[in-house]
Amino acid sequence: MVEFIDLVLLGMLAITAMRIIFLKDLFAVVMLFGIYSFLSALIFVNLDAVDVAFTEASVGAGISTVLMLGTLALTGRKEKVNSHTAWLPLIVVVVTGAALIYGTLDMPPFGDSNNPVQQHVAPRYIQDSPQEIGLPNMVTSVLASYRAFDTLGETAVVFAAAIGVLSLLGLPKQEKSAIESGLKSHLVLRVVAKLVIPLIILFALYVQFHGDYGPGGGFQAGVIAAAAIILYALVFGLPTAAHVIAPSLLKALAALGVLIYAGTGVASFFLGGDFLDYNVLASDPVAGQHIGIILIELGVGLTVFAAMLCIFYAFAAQAERTNIQ
Amino acid sequence: MIIEAASTLFLILGAFFSLTGAVGLFRFPDFFTRVHAASVTDSAATIFIIFGLVLRTDFGLVAVKLLFILIFLLITSPTASHALAKSARHGGLLTLVETEATKKEDSD
Repeated sequence: MVEFIDLVLLGMLAITAMRIIFLKDLFAVVMLFGIYSFLSALIFVNLDAVDVAFTEASVGAGISTVLMLGTLALTGRKEKVNSHTAWLPLIVVVVTGAALIYGTLDMPPFGDSNNPVQQHVAPRYIQDSPQEIGLPNMVTSVLASYRAFDTLGETAVVFAAAIGVLSLLGLPKQEKSAIESGLKSHLVLRVVAKLVIPLIILFALYVQFHGDYGPGGGFQAGVIAAAAIILYALVFGLPTAAHVIAPSLLKALAALGVLIYAGTGVASFFLGGDFLDYNVLASDPVAGQHIGIILIELGVGLTVFAAMLCIFYAFAAQAERTNIQ
Repeated sequence: MIIEAASTLFLILGAFFSLTGAVGLFRFPDFFTRVHAASVTDSAATIFIIFGLVLRTDFGLVAVKLLFILIFLLITSPTASHALAKSARHGGLLTLVETEATKKEDSD
């Protein structure tokens, strides 16, 4: 039964991918990307990887759809007509694809417990993390403690992406006489948004601090909180949102998150451990691990929230500027 | 036993309403009727499916979480349908009856 569901989902994934390739309307393509992400999230759920599924649904289907729509608002929704023939690229793709399929012939059988990937570090994480870290959600233990270097790198990548977009587009300036935007005439939307936004922020906080015990963590929480503010900006207008959460504050928050993360590592240096070795943060190693994980998840959440919102502000401000001209 | 049968019934009903919504989305003639089909799916199918799922839990935390999801969806999905229809109206899209009326006037 599980295999059947997997097959159906993979088939739908393939159909979506084919439509994405052949459609010329970029708006529809962005929507299909969202569907693609939801389908992969379902596959991850089927594989019992709920944390990954959560990230895929919130980041892949949620925030990146919004950001791609923001890009379309700047660039237009039609794909440029391609006039030259595509024989050489086709040959390259066919050869590469054939090589990849040939490469899979050497792969160990799917899902076998004797595979190298099950034998390498996973048994140690599964056996020792309850004693060493003591968190019910093993994914958080691996992500935030055993693999803390990787996660630090990911946080830095998100931060760098925000810096890149800001240096290209710039943030909205806070002007007193800002133009009115938002959906003034949509009374229902305004009321429902007021109802829903606090709930979304509450859910983001739950995901942030419950990540030690269930699926969730800084990445998902940051994205969900950013989605709440994006909804606010869409319904009530960008100037109002920029008044509530100032762009300059966001810049500081994005840097602060990375600082908290790296600072936790440096603190463990000074307390006599290795970089990002949380055992030394408290007298009891397990308590130290808990403090360290909460701190770095907070850093991740802050950076992701601020970076995503910065990027959205930059796109939206640019789109409003072009609308005026 | 009865609970499980009821749950199965609810899930099948939910699946049925999802299917009719999808058929309606493809077969109905214009935008507004299609939004109507999709929004019926959103409301009726979610209610049935979530109640069907609640009956399969042991009525603890999971059931409460499912009810939260239901409330959230019952608030947001009609709003989404409303926003779609209102934007279409605002953009000048006519309903099927109005389009036919204008066609008649043109031909007269």
